[in-house]
Amino acid sequence: MSAPSTTPRAAATNSVWPRLEPLLPQVSKPIQYVGGELGAVVKDWDAATVRWALMYPDAYEVGLPNQGVQILYEVLNELPDTLAERTYAVWPDLENLMRTHGVPQFTVDAHRPVRDFDVFGISFSTELGYTNLLTAIDLAGIPLLAADRTDADPVIVAGGHAAFNPEPIADFIDAAVLGDGEEAVLEITAIVREWKAEGSPGGRDELLLRLARTESVYVPRFYDVDYLPDGRIQRVVPNRADVPFRVHKRTTMDLDAWPYPKKPLVPLAETVHERYAVEIFRGCTRGCRFCQAGMITRPVRERSITTVGQMVREGLEFSGFSEVGLLSLSSADHSEIGDMCSGLAEQYEGTNVSLSLPSTRVDAFNIDLAQELSRNGRRTGLTFAPEGGSERIRKVINKMVSKEDLIRTVVTAYTNGWRQVKLYFMCGLPTETDADVLEIADMAHEVIKAGRAATGSKDIRCTVSIGGFVPKPHTPFQWAPMERPEVIDHRLKILKQAINSDRSLGRAIGYRYHDGEPSLIEGLLSRGDRRVGSVIRRVWENGGRFDGWSEHFSYQRWVDAAAETLPAFGVDLDWYTTRQRDELEVLPWDHLDSGLDKDWLWQDWQDSLSEFEQDDCRWTPCFDCGVCPSMDTEIQIGPTGKKLLPLTPIKGLKTPTA
Amino acid sequence: MPIAFSQGFTPHPKISYASAAPTGVASEAEYLEIGLQAPVDPEALRAALDAALSPGLDVLDAVIADGGSLPDRIQASHWHIELPEIDPAVLRAAVDAFTAAEEVLVERMTKQGRRTFDARAAVMSIDVLASTPTPSGAAAVPCAILELVVRQVTPSVRPDDVLSGLRVVADLEPPVSPRVTRLAQGTLTAQGAIVDPLDADRDGAAIVGH
Repeated sequence: MSAPSTTPRAAATNSVWPRLEPLLPQVSKPIQYVGGELGAVVKDWDAATVRWALMYPDAYEVGLPNQGVQILYEVLNELPDTLAERTYAVWPDLENLMRTHGVPQFTVDAHRPVRDFDVFGISFSTELGYTNLLTAIDLAGIPLLAADRTDADPVIVAGGHAAFNPEPIADFIDAAVLGDGEEAVLEITAIVREWKAEGSPGGRDELLLRLARTESVYVPRFYDVDYLPDGRIQRVVPNRADVPFRVHKRTTMDLDAWPYPKKPLVPLAETVHERYAVEIFRGCTRGCRFCQAGMITRPVRERSITTVGQMVREGLEFSGFSEVGLLSLSSADHSEIGDMCSGLAEQYEGTNVSLSLPSTRVDAFNIDLAQELSRNGRRTGLTFAPEGGSERIRKVINKMVSKEDLIRTVVTAYTNGWRQVKLYFMCGLPTETDADVLEIADMAHEVIKAGRAATGSKDIRCTVSIGGFVPKPHTPFQWAPMERPEVIDHRLKILKQAINSDRSLGRAIGYRYHDGEPSLIEGLLSRGDRRVGSVIRRVWENGGRFDGWSEHFSYQRWVDAAAETLPAFGVDLDWYTTRQRDELEVLPWDHLDSGLDKDWLWQDWQDSLSEFEQDDCRWTPCFDCGVCPSMDTEIQIGPTGKKLLPLTPIKGLKTPTA
Repeated sequence: MPIAFSQGFTPHPKISYASAAPTGVASEAEYLEIGLQAPVDPEALRAALDAALSPGLDVLDAVIADGGSLPDRIQASHWHIELPEIDPAVLRAAVDAFTAAEEVLVERMTKQGRRTFDARAAVMSIDVLASTPTPSGAAAVPCAILELVVRQVTPSVRPDDVLSGLRVVADLEPPVSPRVTRLAQGTLTAQGAIVDPLDADRDGAAIVGH
């Protein structure tokens, strides 16, 4: 028998692989740390001028499918002199081994130490990733506090939706970018490239200053926060001559010019989504008042039907995925969604490709689209999101759908063959009472009754799924008080009893919910200021990791850390969460410009309290939210009038090229 | 590639792995069967699969399976086990004790729970090798090397089971993780040699209409 024939894989320059590999047999799911996925890129370290480590601060299985990271990874790696690699949060089992054996936070692509990179970019979809940020910085051997870092450390840049209020992590990051990342990373790369070419004049401070001067990169250290005696913020002001008073978000216009991801990553390990996802538009003007994503991504910018068709074709050819997700904040609103769905359904009829559309709009049109997409016989689930149980609360949150419309829509789904639909609601909304929540039970009962009557069958079900409301910055609810977890949990309990009060109907209704406690902590982090950084640090020091995972999240750890650190500032957990802000209070993110006019937001908050609804500017005249004029942007929508043409079947085998 | 799918509500691609190496183990000889919807040139298939897989996962050969299932052709497996920081003489003594035993009961967690089974009977040969440059390329530290040929049985006896067996009979405790490589697996000849399981189909091409 001969000796092994193939050579072991050559370790890249500065790779930690030889030290990491022996640890992998001792940890769970080691494949998540190996890299080498289809779509992954490993470039020559020495040939690159600007080097980015990109992180999604959660486990690989959650982080790999993240669109934002995949897009930036591809955009950056397309630059000849730039290299981007990915890193994810390591599970505690590997973290412990890495600490014992001195292995630093590494990238999965070439297993290089994160500290060796020029820029360490972290994308936050949720604030619950903050403790994982600290783990990564610490494992990387980078000082936790930005103030303690030297020229040998990368510049740590936060992005993603949570970066619209990065104040709670202001001590730990060097910079934050608000808004769309595609062009922002190119601009940052250009600044780093130029600064390095000049011999890195002025060191780290100069580089950060150059970034801050763009007016679209927020560098917390260049701003001082003063507080009033009662704990509120007095003002936030620049402490350097030429940094801007306000930092503006980035908006990428013309999505057809940015058709990423072109080469989606295909994981070897199991991940939460295994599909080719294409954003069919960005932005949303439906104006749901709880929805931060809808507020901060304005205006609506559609990708045309032809670009979507091309992306789907090329993305599937490259990746071999058999599922396509047509993503956006409200996909049924695309001006060409009908032709897009029927065109794609036709193109992939008879294949194993399945198409899906996140369906939150509550109307029959949604069912027509779902019907088109299930031509291949595979029915994806139907979800409707009335969000609020009573008509009154739906006016408060500006989710305009009547009970009759909802019931009619769900019944249409049943009569069209769906046996199961999911209804999504929130609990803890501003002005909410027990009665508002109990109406969810009535609605579910009526849905089942009407469904049984229409289909003549008892074999229909619905699932009521409840999420906790968290007020977010840059939304009309940024001033709103949160409800206490005990109240939320009580409402969830009486709702359950109400659903089951009729045994026959209750049996046909599934019920899923989240406890109130994690939402309160998310609320602390989302509307926190720089003082909340001390809570995050204490929680992390006490072992807080993976706070988005219920099995790792500890409410008590957060409550204790808040009680230990916040009184020194004269504030507490309630002050950040259950307190109502008034109109003139300086909010921690007021110097960060999402384009929304604060007066308009306040007016919308007042309209909400008087249950006055706001239309969608996609179909009605502008209502002056402020984004387009202040950001110099405009709505970009179709229809283009184009159609998707039938595909020519691919001859022969498709061999992916790197 | 035109992979075939199972029937049913959630169709799965038709792929079956025969006697896959455990997680954390290197291998030079893994085999799998793929069901296709249409005939494909095996070499084109090999190249396409190889291009799609990670560096280090090399697809070496593909043949059209004309008869006999793959699991039936996997009768034995040949393993190479590096045991860093173990004195070869100590390993030799442990191996002698193992070979002398009629039966060596070991325990392992399986999907069905904890199972106890004999790790001895399936072992056809177990030899201590003179130390040579290590295939894994790890730095030269004292290292004992074990070569093992194990018959495919149920439950399967894996290299870690044999190492457990060495612990049972001789208290052998590797101080660091052993590095295990599967060198070959396949059909057993009467002489005890392992034959590439794809050979049957390479030769089979000449056997018309069987």
